[in-house]
Amino acid sequence: MFGKLTTGDIVQDPLTLIVVIGMIGGAIAVVAGLTYFKKWGYLWREWLTSVDHKKIGIMYIVFSLVMLLRGFADGIMMRTQQAMAIGESQGFMDAHHFDQIFSAHGTIMIIFVAMPFLFGLMNLVIPQQIGARDVAFPLLNNISLWLTTAGGALMMISLALGEFSNTGWTGLAPLFGLEYNPYVGVDYWMWSFQLAGIGSTLGGVNFIVTILKMRAPGMKLMKMPIFTWTSFTANVLVVLTFPVITIALLMLTMDRYLGMHFFTNDLGGNMMQWNNLFWMWGHPEVYIVVLPSFGVFSEVVAAFSKKRIFGYTSLVYATGVIMFLSALVWLHHFYTMANNPSVNVFFSITTMAIAIPTGVKIFNWLFTMYKGKISFATPMYWTMGFLVLFVLGGMTGVLLSIPPADFMVHNSAFLVAHFHNTLIPGALFGYLAGFSYWFPKAMGFRLNEKWGKLSFWGWAVGFVLAFMPLYATGFMGMPRRLAHLNNPDWTPYMYIALVGACIIGLGIFAMLVQLFLSVKDRKKNMDVTGDSWGYGRTLEWHTSSPPADYNFAIIPTVKEIDDFNRMKEEGIAFKQPEKYFPIVMPKNRPHGAIIGVLTIVFGFAMVWHIWWLAIVSFVGIIGTVVAIGFDDDSEYVIPAEEVKRIEDERFAKIREAMAQKTNNE
Amino acid sequence: MNTTDINKIEELEALRVERQHHAEINTFGLWIYLMSDLIMFSILFATFVVLGKNVAGGATPQELFHLPFIFTETMFLLLSSVTFGLSMVAMNNQNKKAVLIGLIATGLFGLGFLVMELYEFYELAASGNTPDKSGFLTAFFTLVGTHGAHVFFGLIWLISMIIQVAKKGFSDKVRSRLVRLSIFWHFLDVVWVGVFTFVYLMSMI
Ligand code: HEM
Ligand SMILES: [Cu+2]
Repeated sequence: MFGKLTTGDIVQDPLTLIVVIGMIGGAIAVVAGLTYFKKWGYLWREWLTSVDHKKIGIMYIVFSLVMLLRGFADGIMMRTQQAMAIGESQGFMDAHHFDQIFSAHGTIMIIFVAMPFLFGLMNLVIPQQIGARDVAFPLLNNISLWLTTAGGALMMISLALGEFSNTGWTGLAPLFGLEYNPYVGVDYWMWSFQLAGIGSTLGGVNFIVTILKMRAPGMKLMKMPIFTWTSFTANVLVVLTFPVITIALLMLTMDRYLGMHFFTNDLGGNMMQWNNLFWMWGHPEVYIVVLPSFGVFSEVVAAFSKKRIFGYTSLVYATGVIMFLSALVWLHHFYTMANNPSVNVFFSITTMAIAIPTGVKIFNWLFTMYKGKISFATPMYWTMGFLVLFVLGGMTGVLLSIPPADFMVHNSAFLVAHFHNTLIPGALFGYLAGFSYWFPKAMGFRLNEKWGKLSFWGWAVGFVLAFMPLYATGFMGMPRRLAHLNNPDWTPYMYIALVGACIIGLGIFAMLVQLFLSVKDRKKNMDVTGDSWGYGRTLEWHTSSPPADYNFAIIPTVKEIDDFNRMKEEGIAFKQPEKYFPIVMPKNRPHGAIIGVLTIVFGFAMVWHIWWLAIVSFVGIIGTVVAIGFDDDSEYVIPAEEVKRIEDERFAKIREAMAQKTNNE
Repeated sequence: MNTTDINKIEELEALRVERQHHAEINTFGLWIYLMSDLIMFSILFATFVVLGKNVAGGATPQELFHLPFIFTETMFLLLSSVTFGLSMVAMNNQNKKAVLIGLIATGLFGLGFLVMELYEFYELAASGNTPDKSGFLTAFFTLVGTHGAHVFFGLIWLISMIIQVAKKGFSDKVRSRLVRLSIFWHFLDVVWVGVFTFVYLMSMI
């Protein structure tokens, strides 16, 4: 009836138990709150079934921030363990537990923090940047969100029932095979990864089509905002490489469920095949998470320097070259695994070559700032922090790209320092810059600047303290993924790293305070014009904040790069059009939510071998997809009068604000 | 005509153009999706190349594959594509009955293909050549099985389209869905030609 699942599978470990009880308590509080305030209907109608790209974007980001808290908790536990477990002391957890934590941390940070954060930003911004009313496939967009959250839900369930994988976020053949890992940990990892990955592939298709087919008239490819460009290349990589990991995970599923021999070390399996397939996705993946972030930096730098981005064309081409090269470097993750030297050399050269277009970008950003009148708002803090810190991460990357050097530090703490050095300043700082930059657009009020800057300092200082010591211990020979240290020389560094992680914690705390205060004081910080910072250059600042359902009452005709800036210069940015037309918009539909819930059930049933439930939920999913085809009632029309009413209201407010401003001056 | 009429006509025209644009977008989206699907298959093909020789002391492809059987199976799938093509011609002639007949024929051929595939799998398993016996069989079953699963889901889609055509006739949405299903179906055909060539024919030499 319940497959492998028995009461004995509920976690026993006191620490985890406390966390689980806390989570269940939190969930009960949320449910009770929703019931008490009678918000269930609102939540269902306006959010969970929403096909509005802005709301989907917000949900992605909320999900990502929640998962960031979990991923950070894992990070700080590992830091504590490595600071404690030296010599006689075993620290506060055993090796098996530690293995699960680094596996969960890596998987969460990449798949459930970085990916949803970037899809959240893309959802929020891209349709507005290209002058569209929605993405190409609104319902599919909702389904993508649900598949990602379904994966996240499985991940959280693994805390309470059973265990998580112990083979790292990368998996490890043949350790993750049935023979060495008969229990459910690997299955949790595999299914949560797989479901979220399918969500990402569908999201990638959606955004490629959106960007290629839905741009406002006049917006040629070479007039697209840089964030749209970098997201586009990231999505091309998504569609080209996520299928690889989908199939690799399917093969692992075959190995684990049907006893096949893709990655086993007997009967004709091939363990290196896993490494190849994983990194054929894995390396492009790091560019998938970093390219959109580069796009955010480009937008922020231009806006706050009040200049057009320096060398638009070179920036676009550099992005394209990075995209292309990123698919040709995967083997640098296993130089040490018995390749012939000329193969290593080929991949070494392609890897080093990526530094060139990346360097081009750094100069684009620097020259944009050069002689600009820079406003140092929070998004700019993240950007400058990135510029300083990321360069170091890039250089250690070039060092690692040289096979003989890599042989010395492969899989050491040096590597851990390197990839955090690229992922935290490179990817995460970019998302946080985007978060503070576009927050007023999404919510209609500005964030508290003081606490935002404090949060930046927490992250930046904490990051330096937490990861620079690891470069050093890496050179001293410390391997990664160590549950217990045997060299007392490393311990002082581990203390510093722990302090650093705690300071990052303060940065996260400051972010929560910032959110709390900003919501509390929102009336004082309303954004009336839609051009939240006053320096907006691209079309997303042309809509109201928060934007109307349809974004643009009249689709703009684009003439230039930074077209909104042109409108402001010509004095037509805030002129109300005389005539409105009816607008067709997609309707909210429940299919995504139904598929999402069924997917959670399906994943859970597969993990625990509850076959009947797996079949029932799978049939349910297929049935729901078929039902979409029968439901032709997918759109509604907003009449021209209604559009006019909404817009009249908006422009009345703008005029009032402008009058007030001239009065004040 | 007074101005409100002109306004109304302008508005209707704008809506019509928008809807048409959307049908075009849907088809483009399918192409992009098929691109990613093609990558999935190419990974399976590549893995078959890597593992195909690893028979681990078990049966070799030459001992297991019966080309005439597979050839017949292939013919079923190719014929299903032909009947689908004829259906599309009939759709352009607004001939509902012919479309339905064509689609049902397509479904039957597709089903025949699937049954033959399952029978082949069954035969292999019955003679002890299950997928857990060797790297070769693992790669073989997964590649061919993934294609089979695509045909299976294609059949579900096909059935749902048969019902839609019967119930709703040729509305714009039904038409554009049929176009997309036909692209998908031909895609499966193309992939199968790859399977036939690389898995069956090449293994025989
Ligand atoms: C917030 C502060 C963070 C802390 C304190 C932290 C700490 C750690 C630690 C201690 C490890 C294990 C290192 C080892 O193997 O010895 C680790 C691994 C890892 N971290 Fe972080 N990390 C943080 C943020 C991030 C972020 C933002 C990302 C990605 C966006 C990330 C991605 C990873 C990955 C992929 C691994 C490898 C997991 C594995 O070995 O399978 N981390 N982190
Ligand atoms: Cu790489």
